[in-house]
Amino acid sequence: MTIAVNTSRRQFLKGSAAAGLIIGLQLPMGARGSAAAAAGPFVPNAFLRIAPDSTVTVVCKHIEFGQGPYTGIATILADEIDADWSQIRVVSAPADVEKYKNFAFGAQGTGGSTAMANSWDQMRNAGAEARARLIAAAADLWGEDAKSITIEKGVVESPSGKSAKFGELVARAQQITLPGPFKPKDPSEWRLIGKDVPRVDTPSKTDGSARFTIDVKLPDMLTCLVAHPSRFGAKVRSFDAADALAVPGVKEVFAVPQGVAVLAEGFWPAKKGRDALKIDWDEAGTETRSSADLIRDYLERSKTVGDIARNEGDAEKSLAGAAKVIDATYTFPYLAHAPMEPNDCVIRRTEDGGAELLFGSQLQTVDQNVAAHVLGLKPEQVKIETLLAGGSFGRRATPTGDMAAEAAEVLKGAKHTGPIKVIWTREDDIKGGRYRPVFVHRVRGGLDADGNIVAWDQVIVGQSFMKGTLFEEHMVKNGVDQTMVEGASTLPYQIPNLRVSAHTAEVGVPTLWWRSVGSTHTGYATEVFLDQLADTAGIDPLDLRRKLLVKHPRHLAVLERAAEAAGWGEPMEKGKARGLAVHSSFNSFVAHVVEVSAGPDGMPKIERVVCAADCGTAINPDVIKAQLEGGMGYGLSAALFGAIDLENGRITQSNFDDHRVLRINEMPPIEVHIIGSTEKPTGIGEPGVPTIAPALANAWARLTGERVNALPFSRSVGKA
Amino acid sequence: MTSLTINGKPVEFSGDPDMPLLWFLRDIQGLTGTKFGCGVAQCGACTVHVNDQPRRACVTPIRTLEGAEVTTIEGASGNVVDAVRAAWIALEVPQCGYCQSGQIMSAVNLLTEIPKPSDEDIDLAMNGNICRCCTYHRIRAAVHDASRRMEG
Repeated sequence: MTIAVNTSRRQFLKGSAAAGLIIGLQLPMGARGSAAAAAGPFVPNAFLRIAPDSTVTVVCKHIEFGQGPYTGIATILADEIDADWSQIRVVSAPADVEKYKNFAFGAQGTGGSTAMANSWDQMRNAGAEARARLIAAAADLWGEDAKSITIEKGVVESPSGKSAKFGELVARAQQITLPGPFKPKDPSEWRLIGKDVPRVDTPSKTDGSARFTIDVKLPDMLTCLVAHPSRFGAKVRSFDAADALAVPGVKEVFAVPQGVAVLAEGFWPAKKGRDALKIDWDEAGTETRSSADLIRDYLERSKTVGDIARNEGDAEKSLAGAAKVIDATYTFPYLAHAPMEPNDCVIRRTEDGGAELLFGSQLQTVDQNVAAHVLGLKPEQVKIETLLAGGSFGRRATPTGDMAAEAAEVLKGAKHTGPIKVIWTREDDIKGGRYRPVFVHRVRGGLDADGNIVAWDQVIVGQSFMKGTLFEEHMVKNGVDQTMVEGASTLPYQIPNLRVSAHTAEVGVPTLWWRSVGSTHTGYATEVFLDQLADTAGIDPLDLRRKLLVKHPRHLAVLERAAEAAGWGEPMEKGKARGLAVHSSFNSFVAHVVEVSAGPDGMPKIERVVCAADCGTAINPDVIKAQLEGGMGYGLSAALFGAIDLENGRITQSNFDDHRVLRINEMPPIEVHIIGSTEKPTGIGEPGVPTIAPALANAWARLTGERVNALPFSRSVGKA
Repeated sequence: MTSLTINGKPVEFSGDPDMPLLWFLRDIQGLTGTKFGCGVAQCGACTVHVNDQPRRACVTPIRTLEGAEVTTIEGASGNVVDAVRAAWIALEVPQCGYCQSGQIMSAVNLLTEIPKPSDEDIDLAMNGNICRCCTYHRIRAAVHDASRRMEG
């Protein structure tokens, strides 16, 4: 979709209604020079085009699902060419791995909090090239020295008083070729980077006009709901569609590998039709265990050393000789992502014999290949228009392109020749798998007679969602899925004997990265255990971390900032206590300090949260703050209530009535401090999640003496 | 046959009387600003106003709406709506934005009934609206901000 930026909100609202919404976006990415008709745009590269009316269209290779890349990418480019922010438009990039790959994956996609980090140099260079060619065009036009020409808010100016808007220079700029490399601006010249530039997508998200996948309306389109099995991987043996087909509006019912598809004129008849289906499922070979069985098995396995992820010194020997040994076990449930917009995808056949998918594609290269494979097409015959998505938190990126595959199977199986919108209900979402896996950690720590930590041995047990996928080659080392151990294998604390190992469990439940991935559990186990060691040694938790982080100044800086802002060490009111935690993920650093009291229901009441973060250069501080506020809430929701239970191979929960998530009355006040930095930008979508839960647990332990070693709190508090 | 008014426009529907208002709005009227999030009145993404009261459109059968006046995010207007939108934009409330139509419709109703709400009033009026991006911190601030804008 096209999103216009305008400093005048009223004008924007009017404009967006008049312009309507663009479907089937085609980007004129013609070869340089040759494609430039006299009235054509200036297209310096795949990320920018400047029209004769001076509008600057930024092509964003990252999906926008709230984390802010449309604004961030546009900010970098607009700053580099000194455009006025009101000139900027943002469109999403088509699926084209050559032009739009994420350098972190080698495929087009968004994840691992890499949007800004992997785009930073690329966008600065892309902008620098455009700037150089605009200036060269002006120099050529005016017969002046390019070095003397400047740009001010979208106006190119010469010292002799000549000036031109971008639009007046586009035809000439398009004809000019300049040898690179192009030097991006010095940070001292930035005008937008580092400022709270208004988000490009905010106005359309306050009047209902923002277009998500579920909102796509195309001529002759039908809506599809797929009946999925209640056990993962079960196959349709047979089905009776008579009652479903009797529902007015239901057009077709047919089996697909994912279940049984019901096509109808809209959601409601599709839903009624699906409810009326009678399906006989073949459950042979499916998972039949329960979460409790898995945890029992994992606890047993955690007693032995797994595949080694990190090994320094001799942890076993050091533990044997330690003056005191602490032994703790942590358990973590399955977690659902539960983005507000459940999975969905619009798919259609195109006139040239290919297909097009319009949806919140998070791994475009994977989705394109998967859809092409299902439909017997070449990848380049499958177009993807990436739309705004109603959250993801990891859910929309699957290594096997699940949603694209399901939509493609539906299209392949349908007699209907028009577009099809496949919608998942909330029940499909909650019961549909792809959870953060169940994990068990066993951590043993050894203290010497002086209270120094001399040994740390951590065993992690859980499922790998990298093994067996195209990511295995890069993500599995020495048999260990790095995403299972990250945060523990990267423990920054200076401990002479340190071992981290992992056992991989085979379970027939599909799992997935969940906002902050391994750090969702390693951050908890490590930070809660460290506090227990501090307690045992009789050392203040902040002082202990100061001692162990001397070689990690960025960890220490966020911790010190949060502690200072929260008044760490100052007396507390009776009935309240503080706790802290620090963690690094996605090359960023975050600390939380939590103030907690006991609520009337016996659960912790979070009185205040202070957060400090270092994510390198802060491109848009307000977007960063928003991610840290929201990340804290997302992590707190899981810590307090989050759990998906497997019971004899079936998921117990189904919707927000039995799967509790954080609501406004449970959101604590939060203040965010951003550490100033000149380092390159690093992640911010995920790093705000890991530390809230351990900071809360550490505060709760100080308040009540109760250590919460099994999440969520709602199942542990008061039951130890 | 059900006759009702949507955003001031009279409409009639003679299809399935059990169809929830949400799908009548989205699939038949083409008003897609009202969102589907749960289908069981637990998340508030489908909040609209029926006769000036907030209602979860996903569990409101069309047959119960004879003569009703329905207002959706697309048709919401007036001083309170202007103040809420201005506050939402000024404070950059939305992230993914999917729940925000419902949040705004709930906030408009709250501020219409209680122009100067306390934090407790906000908790009571808004806790039926889930936001998985957890923009709650800014929603609270924006409701207070809108309240100030309504005065001035």
